[in-house]
Amino acid sequence: MTATLRSLLRHETILAILLVIVLAALATQSDRFFTTANLLNQGRLMTEVGLVALAMTFVIVTGGIDLSVGSILGLTAILLGVFWHNLGLPLPAAMVLAVLAGGIGGLINGLIITRFKVPPLIATLATLALYRGLAEGISQARSVRGYPEWFFVLGQGEVWGVPTQLWILGVLVVIAAVVLGLTTFGRATYATGANETGARFSGIGVDRTKMLIYTASGLVAGVAGVIFVSRVSTTRSDMGTGLELDVITAVVLGGTSIFGGRGTIIGTVLGLILMQALKNGLALSGVKGDGTIVVIGLVLILAIVASNIFSREGDG
Amino acid sequence: MSLSAPAAARPAPPMRLLKRVAAYGQEFILLGAIAALFIIVGIISPRFFGANNISNIFAGNAYIAVAAIGMSLVIISGHIDVAVGSLIGVLATISGLLAVNGYPIWLAWLAPVVIGMIVNAGVGSLVAYLRIPSIVVTLGMLSILKGGLISVTSGAWITNLPEDYLIAQFRLLGVPSPVWFMVILTALVAVWMRYSSFGRTIYAIGGNVEAARVAGIQVERSTVIVFAIHGAFAGIAAVLFATQLQVIQSTVPPNLELTVITASVVGGVSILGGTGTVIGSTLAAILFAAIASSLIFLNVSAYWLRSVQGLLILITVLADMARRRRLR
Repeated sequence: MTATLRSLLRHETILAILLVIVLAALATQSDRFFTTANLLNQGRLMTEVGLVALAMTFVIVTGGIDLSVGSILGLTAILLGVFWHNLGLPLPAAMVLAVLAGGIGGLINGLIITRFKVPPLIATLATLALYRGLAEGISQARSVRGYPEWFFVLGQGEVWGVPTQLWILGVLVVIAAVVLGLTTFGRATYATGANETGARFSGIGVDRTKMLIYTASGLVAGVAGVIFVSRVSTTRSDMGTGLELDVITAVVLGGTSIFGGRGTIIGTVLGLILMQALKNGLALSGVKGDGTIVVIGLVLILAIVASNIFSREGDG
Repeated sequence: MSLSAPAAARPAPPMRLLKRVAAYGQEFILLGAIAALFIIVGIISPRFFGANNISNIFAGNAYIAVAAIGMSLVIISGHIDVAVGSLIGVLATISGLLAVNGYPIWLAWLAPVVIGMIVNAGVGSLVAYLRIPSIVVTLGMLSILKGGLISVTSGAWITNLPEDYLIAQFRLLGVPSPVWFMVILTALVAVWMRYSSFGRTIYAIGGNVEAARVAGIQVERSTVIVFAIHGAFAGIAAVLFATQLQVIQSTVPPNLELTVITASVVGGVSILGGTGTVIGSTLAAILFAAIASSLIFLNVSAYWLRSVQGLLILITVLADMARRRRLR
């Protein structure tokens, strides 16, 4: 047990050192990087990925995966527009309903995975298509604009000098860290991922744990969707396309084992910041958006290769 | 354990037909679905049977069926590839660039196949030797290939393709060449999968890796070969895709990987590995193309297409799980 703890700490220490090096390198590269304005803006940009990555950490720790998060984000965004603009609901009610719809999307994932024993990979690949298809079908590629001014506080405003959504992310980071690290639910999550059969025989409600986690994943994707709409002032059905890639990269970079049973929220946060710093640094040094996707793909593969080599040493 | 490996069925004569129907259940269901769809949509809108539309359904989507053959092998061996759409986009662009820049036509046709094999052999090596889950490697590849392609070409169109390069527009006995490719490749691979020892190896690895290893199968090497074969089929698909029209849009065809995976999974390739045939995946590719076309003739917005795709995967997978539970 202490050995696992030590190896975890080691991964996070390495990550933290790496992060410091990257930040230092970026700061010397461009004097625009280490400005408060830039850093806060980067925080704003990483919130949607960050929120979803928190839930994804739980999902991957159970040994599962959720590829449908980007589609849930898109569907939530579209539903927000439909509830408010087409059905004429008050915007706060539309926001709540849209987030709940995201939760239902996650609940359906959980049902398919636990009740029908469909592997999470293929279940969420199917719902990735289904939810994105619903977003496209419902919206018919029409966008909704013209939200009231107060709504933009969420995605574009500031509270005490810090972007509003960063506060939300901060609160959820603390909650997620406490739940995963300090509660019985967190222990059940690790147990499920480390040895599902063993967890079942120990009387852990494996299916219940998974259901809650996939539902939570849908809910935070919904929250991220609403924040996304508020940040860019419009809803489009292609929002959040490819989000799952960024999210999984951040989580895996943060040291969560793709095979389950291992991982921490702190690691995910470090992975998230490292990824955003890389993106920002590349953008500042003139690499275009598509170039940064290449780097993220490379980083994802390298991170897993490295963590596999490390973990095998640990076992030996 | 490959419980439903069709070749294993050797029952008493009176039962044979029934058992065979059961063993090929998915293929018969798909044939029935295709026939029903053609009849119903044809009655509602007779223009559905127009020569152009039929040719579009079969020839225009044959590259998806060809890619699905390779994908089926990968899924049968217990892995997955979500980067195949991006790979086809990259290979099609390479092929087109070779063709317009005066290289020999045969090179423009062959290069995508060879490069596809090499790239996917690399992917397969990461999966087999470094034990990285195929979903992670191919998610990474997806963004590397997609981002790389767009940052190199900026999505510019390749035009002025030489006339004799456009192989997908050739006809033999009045039938467009993509249909020939689809039918011949499906038949060859179906026979090879069923009767060759390597074909059985793929089923064995997907059915139970440890059992396969104990039985003396070189799991790692075979996995790399499966991925390389898959890359070759992606290359053929890329050439068919690139030569369909007079231009190549040098981006990744949106959603292509999902369509290819749908064809394999709906065709009866079990996502748990170990079972399935490429005949099923080809029929599923045709069914899906026919559905896409019928939406137009039934005046349903094409924006619903992706939900239909998602539902189809879900239904098939749920049915597969239910069937497995009954077998147990």
